[in-house]
Amino acid sequence: MSTAIEQPNYNYKVVKYFAIMAVVWGVVGMSIGVLIASQLVWPELNFDIQYLTFSRLRPLHTNTVIFAFGGCALFATAYYVVQRTCQARIFSDSLAMFTFWGWQAVIVAAAITLPMGLTSTKEYAELEWPIDILIEVVWISFAIVFFGTIAKRNQPHIYVANWFFGAFIITIAILHTINSLAIPVSMWKSYSIYAGTIDAMVQWWYGHNAVGFFLTAGFLGIMYYFIPKQAERPVYSYRLSIVHFWALISIYVWAGAHHLHYSALPDWAQSAGMVMSLILLAPSWGGMINGMMTLSGAWHKLRTDPILRFLVVSLSFYGMSTFEGPMMAIKTVNALSHNTDWTIGHVHSGALGWVAMVSFGAIYNLLPVVLGKKQGEMYSIKLINIHFWLATLGTVLYICAMWVNGIMQGLMWRAVNADGTLTYSFVESLEASYPGYFVRVVGGALFLAGMLIMAYNTFKTVRGAHAEQAKLAQA
Amino acid sequence: MTELTTFWHLWVSAIVIGSMIACGILLTLTLKGQKYNEETDQTTGHSFDGIDELDNPMPKWWLWFFWSTIIFGVLYIGVYGIGGWTGFSDWSSHGQWEREMAKAEEKYQPYYDKLNTMSVEELATDKDALATGQRLFASNCAVCHGSTATGALGFPNLTDSDWLYGGSSDAIKQTITNGRTGIMPVGGLGGEKTASERSDIAAHVLSLSGRVGAGDAAKGKALFASSCAACHGGDGKGNQLMGAPNLTDNIWLYGGSEKQIEFTIQHGRGGVMPAWNEILGEDKIHVLSGYVYSLSQNQ
Repeated sequence: MSTAIEQPNYNYKVVKYFAIMAVVWGVVGMSIGVLIASQLVWPELNFDIQYLTFSRLRPLHTNTVIFAFGGCALFATAYYVVQRTCQARIFSDSLAMFTFWGWQAVIVAAAITLPMGLTSTKEYAELEWPIDILIEVVWISFAIVFFGTIAKRNQPHIYVANWFFGAFIITIAILHTINSLAIPVSMWKSYSIYAGTIDAMVQWWYGHNAVGFFLTAGFLGIMYYFIPKQAERPVYSYRLSIVHFWALISIYVWAGAHHLHYSALPDWAQSAGMVMSLILLAPSWGGMINGMMTLSGAWHKLRTDPILRFLVVSLSFYGMSTFEGPMMAIKTVNALSHNTDWTIGHVHSGALGWVAMVSFGAIYNLLPVVLGKKQGEMYSIKLINIHFWLATLGTVLYICAMWVNGIMQGLMWRAVNADGTLTYSFVESLEASYPGYFVRVVGGALFLAGMLIMAYNTFKTVRGAHAEQAKLAQA
Repeated sequence: MTELTTFWHLWVSAIVIGSMIACGILLTLTLKGQKYNEETDQTTGHSFDGIDELDNPMPKWWLWFFWSTIIFGVLYIGVYGIGGWTGFSDWSSHGQWEREMAKAEEKYQPYYDKLNTMSVEELATDKDALATGQRLFASNCAVCHGSTATGALGFPNLTDSDWLYGGSSDAIKQTITNGRTGIMPVGGLGGEKTASERSDIAAHVLSLSGRVGAGDAAKGKALFASSCAACHGGDGKGNQLMGAPNLTDNIWLYGGSEKQIEFTIQHGRGGVMPAWNEILGEDKIHVLSGYVYSLSQNQ
């Protein structure tokens, strides 16, 4: 097309690819989630096939939703936001495209090796060493593309969303490198270089910061761009963003020890983990306040704009789960909640309520733009609204079921008879958990149904845009 | 155990306390630099892709909240310590555990003292002791032997009178206290057997409980005498000293089909009953023995 270009010639192709794959992997990852949730109610659903057992599909579920769905959403938004807020085309088209294909290769490798039972056994870092190396290469390329674009910006300042994306990219590089250090003994087997308690501490330093930087800092980057964009309001407070950014990234890295309360980890390390988790509360909420207050003066838009609803509700869930997290990090609370379904509920109030919903909002906002339309111009706004309600209802059902289950399990496990014996055997607590497991399947299925509607909406939007472009080309 | 050196203790302490101080400094400096103390519509002048940034002050309640968590953190570390220093309270998780155990002992010991005056046989008919024993069984033993104690493949049924190591009260107690390790070597004495030898031995073993196998039972009998009889006895009735199962009663620990018997001869078997002495202690094992003893008394 020879029409005048009002803005720099951005690379939207890579953004489009990642955005579409985020939707595709979202469907895949959440489907696996619903399947394994169903297996906990109806165990025969593994069909006695080793590749479909809970133990093998559970890591595939977490890897697909976090790194495939969440990862593609982060790549798409980071590339989109960094170009637009720097007023500069992406640093290298070919390297950006390499990160796309490289990341897809990582995901496919995960989808093959995890069901085969090839695992390093480190939670959220199960992939074996050859895949770890590929991740490393892709991630460093990502960093080069991102910071290269920042370096060639046509803006005097760096926008706050890019601080968060930048912190996320750097920290994940460090975490992945240090936690994945291992000695390979064969092509698909390696042993961690750490042993015992230190291995556990390194793992949870990684594990908690996968949450802190991948699932929080990265998605705060999304929040900082798409909420003001969609609400068409200025960001509430620049100062608040400075303080909560630096406090968040400096405190988060020390909170991981709360995963190892009452373990062989030295007491003082547990105490430090708990204290840091509590101090993390205010910086976490800084992001929520800034997002929410950005909407002041635009609240009426919530009545008509389901994309904005996604973004606002995601912030509410963010605020709730970042309050819940520090509470669960208190040793006394943890003594009850540890190893129960409460933890799973907490993770999903963050994962479904915050991470997934803010991604939905962002993708609905940017996808039409990268297809040459206006922001938010999806095929059907009504379907976005239906998706919103399914997702919200699904999340609420899921987390309520897990709260009830978790607290019940914690109480049952510690109940003692007059003779000092346990009141309930483990199996009894499992039996009592069935209703909660069932409600979880229902919640998960609703969430998945919303995701399928999004996939349909995405498909129609992309096809519509391509048809329009073909028409233009003919004219 | 590798202890952390002083350097690492100081390193971690410096970072933890340093982060808190740094947060305090960050808050103080940003607060000082604030241009406006009330909500404003003034922007910072930066604009990114159409997004402006307001120069609003940080919410006051949030600042107080942030400060209070930092102060809590300082106090908490003062009480509970950091980096090798155990703090002013001298608290430790191990100490907490010991206190709780001492409290539990004080509370429950009289009950177990009373039960200790009874024999295992007496416990097996005492209502309270059986109830306690059953709960101990449900929490500790049911995972292998099943909640009804009828066992599973590889895990003995405790409700019949077929005992690998003996069903007397003493034998049961001994089994629970110190555990058992049952080993059936590959091919028995003399090591591996060929497929036809395995088939012959299986035929003989089947004949002991009145069944017929595909192999030559006569040949199998000779092989049995040289390879199996040392443990299972010449008549195949087993030996409780070694935990060698009785092969004549048609009760099978690892399955009694011809295929399963051949598999056992081919690959051997290893069974482990863990020792519970360290986990449950003598008093509870005494009560548990009474319960397990009672299971086979109603035959």
